[in-house]
Amino acid sequence: MNVQKNGTKKGMIVSPIENGTVIDHLPPGRAVRIARMLGLTEGAVVIIGQNLKSTKYGRKDLIKVENRFLTDEECSRIALFAPNATVNIIRDSELVEKRKVSIPDVVEGIAICSNANCITNKEPVPTRMVTVSRSPVVIACYYCGYEVKAEDLRLRG
Amino acid sequence: MDFLNRDIVSIKDLTREDLDKVFGTARRMERDGYDRGLLRGKRVSLLFYEPSTRTRLSFQAAAQSLGADTIWFAGIEGTSVMKGETLKDTIETVSNYADAIVVRHPYDGAARWAAEITTRRAERGEKKVPVINGGDGRNEHPTQTMLDLYTMAQSQGRIGGLTIAMVGDLKYGRTVHSLAYALGMYGCRIRLVAPEQLQMPPHVLSYLASRGVECTLHTSIEEVIGEVDILYMTRIQKERFPDENEYNRVRGMYRVTRKMLQPAKPTMRVMHPLPRVDEVSVDVDDDPRSYYFKQAGNGVPIRAALLAMVLGGIS
Repeated sequence: MNVQKNGTKKGMIVSPIENGTVIDHLPPGRAVRIARMLGLTEGAVVIIGQNLKSTKYGRKDLIKVENRFLTDEECSRIALFAPNATVNIIRDSELVEKRKVSIPDVVEGIAICSNANCITNKEPVPTRMVTVSRSPVVIACYYCGYEVKAEDLRLRG
Repeated sequence: MDFLNRDIVSIKDLTREDLDKVFGTARRMERDGYDRGLLRGKRVSLLFYEPSTRTRLSFQAAAQSLGADTIWFAGIEGTSVMKGETLKDTIETVSNYADAIVVRHPYDGAARWAAEITTRRAERGEKKVPVINGGDGRNEHPTQTMLDLYTMAQSQGRIGGLTIAMVGDLKYGRTVHSLAYALGMYGCRIRLVAPEQLQMPPHVLSYLASRGVECTLHTSIEEVIGEVDILYMTRIQKERFPDENEYNRVRGMYRVTRKMLQPAKPTMRVMHPLPRVDEVSVDVDDDPRSYYFKQAGNGVPIRAALLAMVLGGIS
C-alpha cells in the first residue's frame, strides 16, 4: 500500500499531519458524528474527509486530528459506529502505531437510550449501554433492556 | 444462586433452577401453612408509584403472613414525589426504614436503577436492601411471571412442552415480556396473538429465537384456540399508549367468550394477569377452564416464598 510516513496515501486531497491521529476506514457519513462523540470538534485542528475513495470499501470517511492521541476506551467507542476502523498514531511525521478497534462490552455516559420511557430519559440517571451482539452490532440499555443497532445509537450532546 | 439479599429485577436474571426453588418453597408454604415467625422483626416497604390491586395486596398479605411489618405508599399523591423528588432520593431514604423494597414504577428500568442505588449503599458500608420489581413501565414484571408459571404447573402438572398463546397487548404489556423470557427456559411452544402494531417487541422475539423457542405470530384467537394448553389473555392498556388514536384503533379487538372456548381442549386453562376490561367475557368465569382468579390467588404463596428467601427466612 502506498502509505507515506505520515499516514497519508499518495494523491490524497487532505494534508498530512506531523503529530496526532488518523482515524481511517470509517463508513461514509459517520466522520462528523464520530468526531463530535470524541470531542474532537472543540479546539483541536481536525480534518474530516467524507466519501473518499477506498480500495477496500468503495467509499469511506476519515478523520485527522492534530496533537491528539486516542485512548483505548476512545477507540472502543469508535468501534460502535465503525467496526472496521483503523486508528493510526503519527509522531514526528512517522506512523508509529496502527490499531484495529474492538467493540466494547459496556459504554457509559455517552449514548442516549432510544426508549423515551426509560428511566435514563426521565430522571438524572447516567446511561449505560451493553453490547448484546457484535455482528451486527446491537446495543441494549442496561436499565430497560431496549435494543438498538449501533448505527441507530443516539449520542448525548 | 443464593437468594439472600438478592435483587429480583428481571426474570432473565434467574435460572430455571432458581425459579424451581421459589416454586418448591411456595408449594411447601401452601401445604404446611405460613410460619408467622419466619420474618418477625423484618420490614418490607411497598413503593407503588402506579395503581395496583393484586401485586401490592398480595405482597402485603405475603409479608404479613410471615410476620413481617409493611410500610407503603400507593400512588404518589401525598409523597415527596409530588414535590419532584427523584427515585434515587426516595430509595436512599426508604433504605433506612426497611429490609426489602418492592417498587412499582411507570418508567422502564426504574427497578434496575433502584437496585443499583441500594447496591451502591452497600458498597458504602450500609446494609444491602434487596429490591423486588413490582412492574417497571412497559418493561418487566418478574413476580407476576413467577406466579404465572406456578399456576401453569399447578393446572397442567408441568410447564415444559406446553403450548401457550399470549393474546392482546404484547407490545406494551410487561407481564407478557417477562413471561416470554421465562417460557424460553422451559421449552414451550408460544403463539403470539396481536394486531400487527401491538406485536411482541423485536428484542423479545430475538431472545426467543436465540433460545430456539418455537414461536408463531397470529392475528386471531380462533387460529390457535384448538391447540393451546394455556390461553393467556391481556388487557389493552390505555395508560401505556403514547397516542390515544392508536389505542382507539385496537381497543376491544380481542374478546374471549364461553362460546369461543368450544373447540378448546377440556384441560385448557384461561389465564389473565388482571385487571380485565372486556377481553374476557364474564360468562367465562363459570367455565371450568377459567383459571384467572386462582392465578391471582397464587400471588400470595409465590411472593411469600420470594420474600422469605430474599430476607433470609429460608436459606
